[in-house]
Amino acid sequence: MSSNASMAKRAPSSWSVRAYLRRLATGDVVAHMVTLIFAASIVLIATLLVFQLWNNSAASRQQFGWGFWTTQTWDPVFEHFGALPFIYGTLVTSVLALIIAVPLGLAAAIFLAELSPRVISDKVAFLIDLLAAVPSVIYGLLGIFVVVPLMRTTIGPALKDAFGFLPLFSGPNYGVGFLTAGIILSIMVVPFIISVSREILLTVPREQREAALALGATRWESTWKVVIPWARTGITGSIFLALARALGETMAVTMVIGNDPKIRDSLFAPGYTIAAVIANEFTEATGKLYLSALIELGLVLFLLTFILNGMARLLILATETDRGRAS
Amino acid sequence: MKGFRLIWRKSVNMVMLTLTGVAAFAVVSVLFLILGYLVYYGGRSLNWNFFTQLPKPVGETGGGMANAIVGSAKLLFLAAVIGLPIGLLGGVYLAEFGGKTFGFVVRYTTDLLNGVPSIIMGIFAYSLVVVPMRHFSTLAGGVALGIMTIPISLRSTEEFLRAVPVSLREGAMALGSNRWKTIATVVLPAARGGIITGMLLALARVAGETAPLLFTAFGNQFWSPGWNQPISSLPVVIYTYAISPYDDWHRQAWAAGLVLLGLVFVTNIVVRTFLMRGTSYERS
Repeated sequence: MSSNASMAKRAPSSWSVRAYLRRLATGDVVAHMVTLIFAASIVLIATLLVFQLWNNSAASRQQFGWGFWTTQTWDPVFEHFGALPFIYGTLVTSVLALIIAVPLGLAAAIFLAELSPRVISDKVAFLIDLLAAVPSVIYGLLGIFVVVPLMRTTIGPALKDAFGFLPLFSGPNYGVGFLTAGIILSIMVVPFIISVSREILLTVPREQREAALALGATRWESTWKVVIPWARTGITGSIFLALARALGETMAVTMVIGNDPKIRDSLFAPGYTIAAVIANEFTEATGKLYLSALIELGLVLFLLTFILNGMARLLILATETDRGRAS
Repeated sequence: MKGFRLIWRKSVNMVMLTLTGVAAFAVVSVLFLILGYLVYYGGRSLNWNFFTQLPKPVGETGGGMANAIVGSAKLLFLAAVIGLPIGLLGGVYLAEFGGKTFGFVVRYTTDLLNGVPSIIMGIFAYSLVVVPMRHFSTLAGGVALGIMTIPISLRSTEEFLRAVPVSLREGAMALGSNRWKTIATVVLPAARGGIITGMLLALARVAGETAPLLFTAFGNQFWSPGWNQPISSLPVVIYTYAISPYDDWHRQAWAAGLVLLGLVFVTNIVVRTFLMRGTSYERS
């Protein structure tokens, strides 16, 4: 058997066909092909996904063209559709979420990576993984029955008293709206920021910290001026990941944002997001154009998250290769 | 002057380090707050009827969610049948056979698929299954969830297969075993714990998904025999009951939330603590 195999290697082409057939008979080629087909099916699924979104939004794309992105009306009765209120709502809620989640997440990651002993850090990281596993509809449930009333009676009036002179915090406060959605979203994305940032901080070489401390820096100074800059790219990556999550989050936002397709200054005002309008109106969409406009919104959302995810991967990859060079 | 500067730096140090601790504590306490609320509100509404009865018509109190629990189980079964084989064999391909270019393409596409918002997966399954069949069905919901299990199970399969020591493979090869027999009888069993972990975590994740089911599995107030009709599921029922105006439905939504969260947490905890430790080698 082994002598045959070595002969096949040296022999002319008629022999290598035989060698191929022998490998086929032993099953290696079959195993290779079968797994290849399954792996290729993933690429097929992704291609089909893009194709379906593109194809099924054709009617809306032809009808409204680029104006779809800049039109403010959303009128199913007269079939006039524009995406701007939804894009606005999606961006406002996601940015609010990041404003809350980034400092919180980064601080927690610093605590877990720099200060707490490894044992505690690992335990807490486990709890944070659990937090990331909470289904989004549960956040929505708590949002409706806990956060919305709290917003109406406590947080909202307090913010109004303090910052009421700003247009951002003026207008009636119903409890539902951009701010409530932003708060819920921030809790939902914070686990992603913490776990990715923690992993990245943990890989910053010890010498970097020790060098700063030896020069007389305090613990905080060594963290803020040495460790964080070292991990900057990876942390930015984790923020992009969180942003992509926030943009695409559906159920929790749908349940607390108020579902009103208007652009308003006030953070207390009800709004709408891309994902929420698809969730609410898809099954009710009568008429080809209506459905197609909703699917075009889906296409917009897909492209946004696609670009953000791609950038996040590249940034995280960049830190990892940096590290490989340094060590 | 110099002394003041030092005191300033030391106090900044103290304040900032304390704040990081407070932040970590705040995030963790959110988890316990969520658990607390669900146990408090959900526990009060949870009873035997919840697991055994069908929903009552609007206006009547009582009833349960037996159909939604069975519905979720059926959807998860379909998701496992559709998604996990692709995750497993795709992972084997990446770890054992994958070429450089195509391997990169598959890996990148998988990451991309992982980041696609779940509502988009709903649209996809809708146009793929619901439109040709002309009605909502269990099958459509299973397809949507199945596709969503692929990324997690595939990447974890790949990761754990790669961590199997080369010496094990060489040992099998030296005994005259060929490539696929080595993979099937030595490498896969060695990575078994990790692979199953990935699969269960993928299922636990899609078990809580609502958005992709809204217009694929839709929902149903009754039993849904077979695979061809709209079907109820726990997450969708929580959503519809929570946004309804009825107090009794709110009560039931809390109960369903507790059951769902319980399932997801128990799966996560059991899988992460036991199976990960069960892998027979140290992960590098």
